[in-house]
Amino acid sequence: MSNGRDKILSRAVKEIEDGMCVNLGIGMPTLIADMIPADVNVMLQSENGLLGIGSYPDADDVDPDLINAGKETVTAKSGASFFDSAESFAMIRGGHIDLAILGGMEVSESGDLANWMIPGKMIKGMGGAMDLVQGAKKIVVIMDHVNKHGESKVKKNCTLPLTGEAVVHILITDMAVFEFTEQGMKLIELQDGVTLEELRNATEATFIVPEQLQ
Amino acid sequence: MRKVITSLEEVVKQIQDGSSIVVGGFGLCGIPEHLIMKLQEQGTKDLTIYSNNCGVDEWGLGLLLQNKQIKKMVASYVGENKLFEKQFLNGELEVELVPQGTLAERLRAGGAGIPAFYTSTGVGTEVATGKEHKEFNGKTFIMEEGIVADYAFVKAWKADPFGNLVYRKTARNFNPVVATAGKITIAEVEELVGIGEIEPDEIHTPGVYVQHVFAGKDYEKRIERLTTSKKA
Repeated sequence: MSNGRDKILSRAVKEIEDGMCVNLGIGMPTLIADMIPADVNVMLQSENGLLGIGSYPDADDVDPDLINAGKETVTAKSGASFFDSAESFAMIRGGHIDLAILGGMEVSESGDLANWMIPGKMIKGMGGAMDLVQGAKKIVVIMDHVNKHGESKVKKNCTLPLTGEAVVHILITDMAVFEFTEQGMKLIELQDGVTLEELRNATEATFIVPEQLQ
Repeated sequence: MRKVITSLEEVVKQIQDGSSIVVGGFGLCGIPEHLIMKLQEQGTKDLTIYSNNCGVDEWGLGLLLQNKQIKKMVASYVGENKLFEKQFLNGELEVELVPQGTLAERLRAGGAGIPAFYTSTGVGTEVATGKEHKEFNGKTFIMEEGIVADYAFVKAWKADPFGNLVYRKTARNFNPVVATAGKITIAEVEELVGIGEIEPDEIHTPGVYVQHVFAGKDYEKRIERLTTSKKA
């Protein structure tokens, strides 16, 4: 399991390029921050009003007025800026954020994403996820390929309430990496040790397999 | 007009049962602690509250939940609060979930005299149900309405007697848009300085939006998730 998570995270960090402004979702995506190579200079955005998230503070530098969207205490890096929530989402909705990496519960073959609600369980709310999937220039979703019952989370159609319709550009799971194109969902990489047959058996969605991966 | 008040009592007393209030803060960061506690003390009921979150069980807006003072909560994320879940499942609490950016923009629009706007956020989801859809440049948008509430509760770092406000770091969050979206805006601050002591270039919220200013003492500033670097 943790091996699967490592595969997902080390592949996801490759989506981050020098000079980008990036929003990392709460939970697993937040872990990517520590894996960004030192020579890749990026500004990480936090919806609550910070562009340029720094490392976690030393115990004696903790400031209750300085948190990230996950409500964790953080620092601001050199060159960072603070702003209000309307400005923060102007950045997001207006297409000024290059990349958002979000967790997922289900992704469909047409690029629909469900990641905010399970009916029958207590509602928590969508936070900024619906704004991010509409606004950021590129949406990367990271998640396990199957759920704890072994069922595919990569679906023909999402069964859970949607966060956005046809919004995903890249899906990274512990089994494979997919790209969403005009022609449909396309396999672009198999994770190490995974065969095409294993992937097919674990995937409900229909996907295009390019020649070099057949 | 004298804006500086030395007690919140009189102002909060005027808030009637059934009022709507917009409240600044993100999680427990930058919340108007004293205003919330005073409102809990007053026991004002049937409130409609607009705020990004609803505090935690024992702090922030969670205090008003404890007292069953909230009739309807409009928020983007309420996952930190067990009491919330219980009251919602019992049917004691009405809930409207609004995407965070849409909530911020609805407040900004309300405060700026814009009754409604179009956004792509929520298109194709439950959020779009029952809302006007319209196409611009081949893309679908939904109409969202601006928010103006009876009262706005704001937390700032510094104020002057005119109500000019300066916020600190990410405690700014929703506060500046909240300040614009109340018919009566009450700002509580950590420090009250003399007129002219804040550089005009440094002011985040011009005093025109603010009706009452209160300097609070002993801010608790609780931290929801204390996270520190893992240095050896």
